[in-house]
Amino acid sequence: MSAALLYALAGAALFAIGLAGLLLQPHLLRKILAFNILGSGVFLILVGLGQRDGTIDPVPQAMVLTGIVVAIAATALALALARQLLDLTGQMRLPEDRPDAEPADD
Amino acid sequence: MKAWLTALIALLCSGLALALGAAMLALPEFAVRLPGQVAANLDASGVAHPVTAVLLNFRGYDTLLEVAVLLLALLGVFALSRHASDHAHPAAPAHPVLQTLARLLAPLMVLVAGYLLWIGAYAPGGAFQAGAVLAAAGVLLRLAGLLPAWAQPGRLLRGGLALGLLVFLAVAVAGLPQGELLHYPPALASPLILLVEAGLTLSIGLTLAGLYLASAGWRQ
Amino acid sequence: MTPALAFDLLLIAALLWSAARALITADVFRAVVLFIVFGLLMALAWARLGAPDIALAEAAIGAGLTGALLLDAVGHLRAKWRGPER
Repeated sequence: MSAALLYALAGAALFAIGLAGLLLQPHLLRKILAFNILGSGVFLILVGLGQRDGTIDPVPQAMVLTGIVVAIAATALALALARQLLDLTGQMRLPEDRPDAEPADD
Repeated sequence: MKAWLTALIALLCSGLALALGAAMLALPEFAVRLPGQVAANLDASGVAHPVTAVLLNFRGYDTLLEVAVLLLALLGVFALSRHASDHAHPAAPAHPVLQTLARLLAPLMVLVAGYLLWIGAYAPGGAFQAGAVLAAAGVLLRLAGLLPAWAQPGRLLRGGLALGLLVFLAVAVAGLPQGELLHYPPALASPLILLVEAGLTLSIGLTLAGLYLASAGWRQ
Repeated sequence: MTPALAFDLLLIAALLWSAARALITADVFRAVVLFIVFGLLMALAWARLGAPDIALAEAAIGAGLTGALLLDAVGHLRAKWRGPER
């Protein structure tokens, strides 16, 4: 097994960790962290699988480079939205379904 | 959230990771080899570094659209932070040592950005890394209290933000009479790519710095 | 086991550990610091994969700029908790 394939497998694990965090964590800042970890997992899979025979492949590398810059743009926009929610509702989590629900204590 | 639901989601995610891993191990050999194709066409691309050749020449569409996405994200952040930023945001006073250090480092970082931009044609580096270093200089200056937050970017700043995309679009459209969009004539490819990258470096640096400066220190 | 393989396995373990810790740590500030650590480890992983371009971008953007954005958001969150007078 080549080292690149090992990193692709690690990317699959990171993808699962990020997905679980995205689904399970109610706090929006942690959801943003989870989204970034999930994205890093996808990037590792993309480059790792592309180089699994041991040769360096510039095509997935260039795509990941593009992806990293798009990821920070998405993160900044998500953080601005989360701040807006914090200013409007006083908490950084998505509202519950029931409008009369008591906000959970941290 | 209910404990059983948490356990179920954790279980499903672990199963997904295992299935993905099994799928990767079962992949067949490559049907198409891209590195060879990149190497075969590298001479015609205008640059000597394969990753830069892919970014700016072979897959220029990706980069062009990405810069547009970056600009859109910044517009979104501006739209969100405007109402909270009606009053001016004077920079917070910082420690004099930090200020001096930032004054010394910022020009050095601009120099590094220029180097990365230039070396991108031959070795690892290029517009994205150079832009990131420029943006880091902006964040450092902001942290040292030497830059105000961007409540309302002026005309010059807006021009700088759009410059990279505009130069890229102009170069892309200029190739249309010769055949197709984003097709550089091989003789001119090298200077054209450097021109596009210079514009991109400035715009990416300003945009990334703007993502921070538009919201940093924004307290209601 | 060759030293290179041992390093790869250690690095992957550290990546998974920092990612998981960043998502389950109780304190948000710690979570963000762990995420920055994760970004720097990712830069190392890119270097191991023979991708110095991505390693440079990841260190500057993934760890540096994202970290600055996240830390500022944590500051905003904490200022909110302590009340508007601060």
